[in-house]
Amino acid sequence: MSPRRTLATSRRVLMQLFHDPRTIALIFVVPLVLLGLLAWIYNNIPFVFDHIGPSLLCIFPFVVMFLITSIATLRERSSGTLERLLTMPIGKLDLLLGYALSFGLLAIIQATLATEVSIHIYGMHVAGPEWFLIIVALADAVLGTTLGLLASAFARTEFQAVQFMPALVLPQALLCGLLVPVATLPTALHWIANCLPLTYAVDAMSRVSRQTTLTQRTYIDLIVVLSFALLAILLGAATLRRQTK
Amino acid sequence: MQDNTIVAKRVTVVREGTKALANVSFEIAPGKITGLIGPSGSGKTTLIRSVVGAQRLTAGSLQVLDLAAGSKGLRSRIGYVTQSPAIYDDLTTRQNLVYFASILGIAKSDVTRVIQEVDLEKQTAQLVGSMSGGQRARVSLAIALLGDPALLILDEPTVGLDPVLRERLWQLFGSLARRGRTLLISSHVMDEAERCPDLLLLRDGKVLSHGPKRALLDRTNTHSVQNAFLQLAGGAQ
Repeated sequence: MSPRRTLATSRRVLMQLFHDPRTIALIFVVPLVLLGLLAWIYNNIPFVFDHIGPSLLCIFPFVVMFLITSIATLRERSSGTLERLLTMPIGKLDLLLGYALSFGLLAIIQATLATEVSIHIYGMHVAGPEWFLIIVALADAVLGTTLGLLASAFARTEFQAVQFMPALVLPQALLCGLLVPVATLPTALHWIANCLPLTYAVDAMSRVSRQTTLTQRTYIDLIVVLSFALLAILLGAATLRRQTK
Repeated sequence: MQDNTIVAKRVTVVREGTKALANVSFEIAPGKITGLIGPSGSGKTTLIRSVVGAQRLTAGSLQVLDLAAGSKGLRSRIGYVTQSPAIYDDLTTRQNLVYFASILGIAKSDVTRVIQEVDLEKQTAQLVGSMSGGQRARVSLAIALLGDPALLILDEPTVGLDPVLRERLWQLFGSLARRGRTLLISSHVMDEAERCPDLLLLRDGKVLSHGPKRALLDRTNTHSVQNAFLQLAGGAQ
């Protein structure tokens, strides 16, 4: 691993995105529009947006980053640039961390925008500190990036890569506590939910929105999400092969 | 100076149940241009990928620049051009080269040099995705030239280029060889083969012939590589 090669990769990924301003606009605007739509839907029903808004603040960056990363990595494989890079002196982690860094940077902007707009324009009420919502949303975006990197290793075509979104992301969104509190799920599902990273992200978000101070449990939630991200990046590196059989 | 740049001994590669390469043995001396010639499906790309370390051998041994193929120490010493250009379409020529230069740990001044060598000065700021096939192939070639590697492995580098440009690139290959660089250039086009002083003919994963072109033509009593190939392939059946 070398910081120079990691940073060069991350700069290269950002430059690729700058040549595609529409994608950048979509990354930033789509979550804002969806959150606005929800705020509007629940306009006449009190407390609902305050309840689900914070959870969605971490689900949207997760989904968007998962999709973008899995497609970007798949393109790297199919264009042959991955094979070329792996015959050069670049570490597998240089490549993965380079991607995670550049998409993480986008995620900071996306998470900050979505949080600030939800609170100050859509009128979402949050008891705890705003900055912590942004941190959890960012951690979730990084998790989406690393899971996307990992998932793309198992996709041969773009069609497969896109299918991984409903296959890997939707079950997490259904079980994470957004629809019903995790504690009320049937026992088996409760166990499954406890093994999924998004559950911890949503738990952290709902704690920050209800509690005025940050509890130990909230920090543990955050650490769990980041550990999943780290695990995904290490597994992702293990799936990159310099040699084919 | 090492004895041989590439030494292959009984290299066999089995891919998905079929033998892509069967007991391939040859040696390539430094400073030579060797044409790797054979029809599509003959194992050219598998052999090239083995030399650059992207393909694992099923059996046999392959030494490249005195190291086993795929060794870490080879990663900045081989320039590799894949059949379809392995470049980033959503970056400009220069951005592509600057990125690969930084991965190889090479000064940015080298980027300007390789852009001149492949004649892309007018396209430095152009997005690679908007270029013609020939221009994209040259961007890919320029990346392989970064750092002036001792060994260049080129998989069909001049396919689809206009004749004037092809002539220029062959002149470039010649001057690289005179400076002691070794080139292995694959092609399925026989008239490309005529330009290579040395030839490695491949068919069905086996070596049909290896050596100087002149010797091949004398031995088969023919005047073109095409006819020599036909005669050898006929004899093999």
